[in-house]
Amino acid sequence: MSDLTLPRTAPAAIPERPTRPRVRLGAWMGLVLPALCVAAWQVVADARIVTPDLLPSPAAVLRALADLAASGELVAHLDATLARMALGFAAGAAAGTVAGALTGAIPLARRLIDPTVQALRSVPSIAWVPLFIIWLGIFEGSKIALIAVGVFFPVYLNLMAGIAGVDRKLIEVGRIHGFSPLRVLWRIQLPAALPAYVTGLRGGLGLGWMFVAAAELMGASEGLGFLLTDGEQTGRPAVVIGAILLFAICGKLTDLGVEWLGGKLVAWQDTVRP
Amino acid sequence: MTDDALLTIDRLEKSFAGAPVLGPVSAWIAAGSLTAIIGRSGCGKSTLLRCLGGLETPTRGKIGFRAGALDRAQIGYVFQEPRLMPWLDVRRNAGFGLAHLPRGERNAAVAEALAVVGLTDAAGLLPKQLSGGMAQRAALARALAARPALLLLDEPFSALDPLTRAQMQAHLLAVRRHYDPTMVLITHDMDEALALADRVLVLRGPPGRVVADVPLDLPTARDRMAPGFLALKRDLTDALSEQPVEA
Repeated sequence: MSDLTLPRTAPAAIPERPTRPRVRLGAWMGLVLPALCVAAWQVVADARIVTPDLLPSPAAVLRALADLAASGELVAHLDATLARMALGFAAGAAAGTVAGALTGAIPLARRLIDPTVQALRSVPSIAWVPLFIIWLGIFEGSKIALIAVGVFFPVYLNLMAGIAGVDRKLIEVGRIHGFSPLRVLWRIQLPAALPAYVTGLRGGLGLGWMFVAAAELMGASEGLGFLLTDGEQTGRPAVVIGAILLFAICGKLTDLGVEWLGGKLVAWQDTVRP
Repeated sequence: MTDDALLTIDRLEKSFAGAPVLGPVSAWIAAGSLTAIIGRSGCGKSTLLRCLGGLETPTRGKIGFRAGALDRAQIGYVFQEPRLMPWLDVRRNAGFGLAHLPRGERNAAVAEALAVVGLTDAAGLLPKQLSGGMAQRAALARALAARPALLLLDEPFSALDPLTRAQMQAHLLAVRRHYDPTMVLITHDMDEALALADRVLVLRGPPGRVVADVPLDLPTARDRMAPGFLALKRDLTDALSEQPVEA
């Protein structure tokens, strides 16, 4: 064996590759583009390229929001919108979860229910408004129902696809252990479908924010959507833009929350994370 | 059939979409034995094992277990891939089929199985943190924790490198000493079959049929260079490589 051993001489020194300091790109990178946009917007507004009646400066928008905040209106509007979203999201996500689990796990349920749901999915959101107003009145009920409809579909679709698409090989592990179909669903299919479910919840949340705006534009006396129509009717573009920005910020913050929670739930996934 | 048969296979046949892949196969498996089934890819050996494990329903024929000897819950199965639940750590994966047991009993069974396969220290790891060999040992522990009377192994080491495979074979012998289950091992690795088994069934197909049934009268600690070992290897290679049998 001795003639097989490697020579003991040290290999010629390999020149060390210069290591470049690595810049860690944190979550704050996401703020760069909005900051640049605001800066560009301020420049355009200051230069009076567009008249302030059409495009008020960022400072003017901030002032308008500060005035609303000082009078207590802003909190009331935010409160109204967030409460509607919370209720609508909870209702839509709950319904989507039950329906998605049922159709994902039981092929017969899928064949019975899914075609109808798919047909309803293509109904434009606005089309539901008159019906919900007739059924549930002009106040909160119809708005929450509309949001719930928006949230329902992505949750339903993703959970159904997630459960139905679980690897047969994992299901067989349950069969070997003599699991009942319900036990297979609970112990294998539902956990395996969690990543798809989280995607569905995030999609549902995004649609929920669109539908809450639609609902509040239809007729509301408070809420961010009301601020939009109110700003338009009273000729205050700063209020309109302020309400749009608040929608964007609220949407992003709630999405961050769901993303964080979802990340905790599916930390076991073997994926490349940034 | 003899009295010490744990399981008898009687004219078993399996077709997929009308195409016969297996049988008719008749054989018996002695209680406490380790039977290796070897054959080329696609000869129906995995299908045979899946029928034994209840994952496929035979088209014809039947599988009989010695009366009172076995129910489905006492069959352990190790697949070609680990098939671990990615959201559970090694300990919970090993106890996956034991949810019906009281916690203390379950923990003891899991700890014992993990110790036998040498994964005690890895109990808290997630599947994504395991090497291929560790993952397959975790899968073996999952099958063992239920103390199966019959352990079915479907090419469990085929995806591993030769050194890891040799290690796994040693683990399997440790399993045999500790749990003493009846084992059926599917493999296409002749050396593996000869090193581990008491008996080798050679399957050829499709449709897969038993073309040789070779009891191995070799000492437990096997020398892979011994003349007897090499002669058997030559015989089995011949049995495997003959022209396909005409239907």
